[in-house]
Amino acid sequence: MPVSRRGQLRVWQRRERGRQLAIWAGWFSGLAIFLYCWKLISDKTIWLFVIDAPKQALDLAERMVPPKWSYMEALWHPVWDTVNIATLGTIIALVIAVPVAFCAARNTTPSHIFVRPIALFIIVSSRSINSLIWALMLVAIIGPGVLAGVIAISLRSIGFCAKLLYEAIEEIEPTQVEAVTATGAARLQVLSYGIAPQVMPAFAGIAVFRWDINIRESTVLGLVGAGGIGIQLDASISNLAWTQVSLILLAILVTVVVSEWVSAKVRHAII
Amino acid sequence: MATDRTWRKPPFISNARIRWTIYIGALVYLVLAVGTMEINWSRVIEGVPRGQRFIASFFPPDFTSRWSEILDGLYESLWMTVTSTVVGVALSIPVGLGAARNLAPLPVYLFCRAVVAVSRTFPEIILAIFFVKVFGFGPFAGFLALSVATIGFYGKLLAEDIEDIDPDQAEAVKATGATWFQWLNYSIQPQVMPRMIGLALYRLDINFRESAVVGIVGGGGIGATLLTAFDRYEFESAATILLVIIVIVMAMEYSSSWIRQGVQ
Repeated sequence: MPVSRRGQLRVWQRRERGRQLAIWAGWFSGLAIFLYCWKLISDKTIWLFVIDAPKQALDLAERMVPPKWSYMEALWHPVWDTVNIATLGTIIALVIAVPVAFCAARNTTPSHIFVRPIALFIIVSSRSINSLIWALMLVAIIGPGVLAGVIAISLRSIGFCAKLLYEAIEEIEPTQVEAVTATGAARLQVLSYGIAPQVMPAFAGIAVFRWDINIRESTVLGLVGAGGIGIQLDASISNLAWTQVSLILLAILVTVVVSEWVSAKVRHAII
Repeated sequence: MATDRTWRKPPFISNARIRWTIYIGALVYLVLAVGTMEINWSRVIEGVPRGQRFIASFFPPDFTSRWSEILDGLYESLWMTVTSTVVGVALSIPVGLGAARNLAPLPVYLFCRAVVAVSRTFPEIILAIFFVKVFGFGPFAGFLALSVATIGFYGKLLAEDIEDIDPDQAEAVKATGATWFQWLNYSIQPQVMPRMIGLALYRLDINFRESAVVGIVGGGGIGATLLTAFDRYEFESAATILLVIIVIVMAMEYSSSWIRQGVQ
């Protein structure tokens, strides 16, 4: 037990001295890195604006109320587009993610040396790039519009869905697969009778989970021109139409809350 | 009497009526959704050679011509990531303590839960738009947006973790006559610490990814460099930036899983 002596007295300590020193050194270097980064950011900041910020924020808030309710008529179609971008993007992503996941899972991959690393690379690169960046790229290539949004969302979701799905595939019960194989089933039959039923609940859960995230992400894709309610948000902000902005934010809030409710209901029904 | 009955796989949704309602509803929705989408096909076809040029510019990526701009943006992103994670986590500790039902009295609990809910609602990028409006362009706005988003994420998970702790240990420490801070430090903190370090690293990872997008609305970082590259159709430097982002995210993911294994 770590104990320090203070004269005749033995005092309990939580850690040995060496360990305690190591922990302190860790905290110290962490703090040093933080302060260094903070200084660099502070050098690039105009502090006069920051001091002025509360006034600006109040001013902005004042101009945002009351929301311009009549603008809602122009918002129904963008909201519908937003939901479609998320839904179609999720569906396309799932269609692509399933084969990728089967190639990436250790127990189903056709080849450990060639196919699995490729599948893992697809997963990592799709996951590490934000959907907004995918959208930025696609808008530059195929032009602004809903299609760019759908593809951006699906490209971003492939990695997420495939990762969760291949982890689910790796955790299946091998005895069932063995039993189906023992009946003389072909490879595809093993897949559909031995593996698919075991991962189906996980698959449905992943689909709904990702759909919920995609609704959130598709609300902002319009900022770079990829369709949905973000286009209206961007336009209203550049026109300084703050009463419209507050209504759009409310619409986003309601959409997100509803989608969260739906996905919670569906997940509850599955599990 | 044996008739030729063949076995069929049971369907995923057992109730036939619900199953068919879902199938038909999904079909109708798909037709409506695809039908109302406005797609400019001629513009899409126009983009095909541009897309080929973009893909071609990955092989090999051009690290030389815009390297100093890329490096500037990258450094800014990294500073933002570190500071916003540290500040966000530091601020979310009191919020998380307050949002744990077994620790906080009801009014504090409700207030902290409200803070968490508000900061979780809007995506980082929308927060960034408003911080840019209020605080001016630059990494400070991005830093604030990411910190606020971190509070929502980390505070919520911390609160849930505290609610799940083993109450016996907390009671034992309390029985020794420990003060409130000692009780927190010796019974709650050791129980939640391993998971919290893991989550902080995970959030560091998320914050780096998000720091690449707050630049699109003026929040500083690599996103601004990327936006400029796409606006000028400089696919070579855009490809380089994307590769750098992928490499950094991968490095962070591997090192964080390595650290997490060491802690747990």
